[in-house]
Amino acid sequence: MKTRVFVSLKASVFDPQGRTIVEALQSMGYGSVSDVRQGKYFEVDVDTESADEARSLVSEVSDKLLANPVIESYRVEVDE
Amino acid sequence: MKFAIIEFPGSNCDHDAYHAAKHVLGQQAAFVWHKDAGLGGADAVVLPGGFSYGDYLRTGAIARFSPVMESVREFAAGGGPVIGICNGFQVLLEAGLLEGALLCNRRLKFLCQHVHVRVEQTDTPFTGAAQLGQVLSLPIAHGEGSYHAPPETLEALEANRQVIFRYCSEEGGLQDAANPNGSLAAVAGICNPERNVVGLMPHPERACESALGSEDGRVVLESVVAAVAA
Repeated sequence: MKTRVFVSLKASVFDPQGRTIVEALQSMGYGSVSDVRQGKYFEVDVDTESADEARSLVSEVSDKLLANPVIESYRVEVDE
Repeated sequence: MKFAIIEFPGSNCDHDAYHAAKHVLGQQAAFVWHKDAGLGGADAVVLPGGFSYGDYLRTGAIARFSPVMESVREFAAGGGPVIGICNGFQVLLEAGLLEGALLCNRRLKFLCQHVHVRVEQTDTPFTGAAQLGQVLSLPIAHGEGSYHAPPETLEALEANRQVIFRYCSEEGGLQDAANPNGSLAAVAGICNPERNVVGLMPHPERACESALGSEDGRVVLESVVAAVAA
C-alpha cells in the first residue's frame, strides 16, 4: 500500500527557512507570494490488508518518529 | 566518580567530554556505545555534542531510539545526574526527558562562537557549584539551537524554575542582541522537574582550560563531582 505523509511546522512555530524562501521569491519579483512554510514529505510503503490499517500504522509511525508533536503536525494520504 | 559518555554514530564531542572529565578534573570516564545496554556503573551520564545519525530527519530524532537510551531513562528515573550538551540536549528533548524542541537558528546560520550565559538556578547537580547570576563564557556550535516550547510549557518551566541557563550580555543583561539563535525567553539550558536531567546548547566541556579561551565550563562538571560526592 502506498502512503504519503506531509509534515509541517505548526502555525505557532516560526519557520526561518520558509521566511528566507518567501523573501527570496519577493526579491525575484514575485510580490504576490505572501508566505511560504517549508515542510517534509515522506512516501511510505506498507504491507497491510486494508487502507484503514495502512492509515493507522502510518499515523503511529508519524507520531513516534516522522513528526515531533511539540513543533510539527502531519497529514497522511493513503492510496485506496 | 565515574562519568559515562554516550557515543552515538556521529557524536563528535565525546572526546572533549572525556578529556574534560578525565584529564582536567581527574575523574574516571568511560565511553558507552549507543548499542550497549547498561552504563557501566557510572555516577553521571553525558550525552555529548555532535551530529548523531547525521542529523537526519530531525536533530536527535533517531538517536533517542538507540538501545542505550533505555538505560539512560532508567538512570534518570532513579535520580541519576544526566547532562545533554548540544546534540545531547536535542536527544534528551526528542526522548521526552526534557520538554520543548530546538528549531533552526533564527538567521539560519550555523553559529560557532563564544557566548555568555547566565546561571539562573543553582539547585541542580550541574550548577550547584556556581553562583546565582554568574555569567559564563562558553562556546556554541550549532545550526538548530533555537529553543521553542508551547506557551503553557514555557510558563510551567518558568514557574518550576527549570530554566537554568539564559543567553546574556557580558554583564549579564538579557537584551535580544545577546540571544544568538532566537531562543524563546533566551533559554540556553533547562532541567526536568526533578532537576537531575539537564540539557544545554553551549559546550561547558570545551571551556575547561584557559588555553581554550575559557575555563568557565569547569563549574558545570565540578558541580556534578561535588553533587555525587555529597
